[in-house]
Amino acid sequence: MHELQVTERILDVVLKHASGHDVSKIVVIHLRIGELSDLEDEWLQRYFDYLSKGTLAENARLAIEKAPIVMQCESCASSLEVGKDELQEIVCADCGESRFRLVSGREYFVKNIEVV
Amino acid sequence: MDEVRLIEVKQDIHADNEKVAEELRRRLADQKTFLLNLMSSPGAGKTSTILSTIAQLEGTLRFGVLEADIDSTVDAEKVAAEGIPAIQLRTGGFCHLDAAMVTSGLDGLDLADFDVVIIENVGNLVCPAEFDTGAIKNVMILSVPEGDDKPLKYPLMFTVCDVLLVNKIDYLELSDFDMEAMRKRALRLNPEIRIFEISAKTGQGVEEWAAWLSREATSFIRG
Repeated sequence: MHELQVTERILDVVLKHASGHDVSKIVVIHLRIGELSDLEDEWLQRYFDYLSKGTLAENARLAIEKAPIVMQCESCASSLEVGKDELQEIVCADCGESRFRLVSGREYFVKNIEVV
Repeated sequence: MDEVRLIEVKQDIHADNEKVAEELRRRLADQKTFLLNLMSSPGAGKTSTILSTIAQLEGTLRFGVLEADIDSTVDAEKVAAEGIPAIQLRTGGFCHLDAAMVTSGLDGLDLADFDVVIIENVGNLVCPAEFDTGAIKNVMILSVPEGDDKPLKYPLMFTVCDVLLVNKIDYLELSDFDMEAMRKRALRLNPEIRIFEISAKTGQGVEEWAAWLSREATSFIRG
């Protein structure tokens, strides 16, 4: 739902990093986005195309890698990756416990940019 | 064709907001003001819960309220009508509050005059969960008419909250809401979450929840 705001920040970040590197064009932006975030890839790209018009990042492709949801067992501290729709079914393979704490899965991370 | 080069960025989009949130928490600790972020879907009873909580603790702590609304002042007027200082933040279509918006909202209150400020976040179980507001504790409301399946649909919200208030328990006998199933689902996502069953309307359960808030706020204020 807040794709527009996140897209603005992504654009700010990549333009800042491109400046001073003699960049004529940003071609690809590699992102890592947590599975628990509510962002839709298609809408991110659409908003990005709209906001980036007339900048070095115009027509850049967003290459989005999903970061898995990682939960940690409350009782034995072992971690496991979980799908978004499996959150209610997880049981620790090591100790059988079913209470978990979220370790990661909510990040929005700009990894790197491909430029010419 | 020009050669493609790779520039490393390695920057977290949330990092700027988290920095502002940490700054705000430091300021709150200096000023000895406890900031509570209250989230729920529209109509779950945020405003009435705020009013009944403050009424319960009247005379013990000094309260202020920061009201976030997309484009109305209805809630702020309701709070102000009870004689509670309220600041209205119009989010202008934004689906959530972030730490910068909260910081600018708090500039409208003299923090020295308040022990507790409650943020009434935008009514939405999705976006507010993703943005740190700088609050000391996060609290969410799930109301009985919304159903016991909400932890399945909005897992992140249940994961980031310290307290879950199950509101409108006066509706329980009219509904098929399964409290035990809901508790199990919420605790699976967040074993630390404190659950209080309340009715902001009848006052049932409010005392116990208000006592928790009072303890947390007092211990924060004393440092």
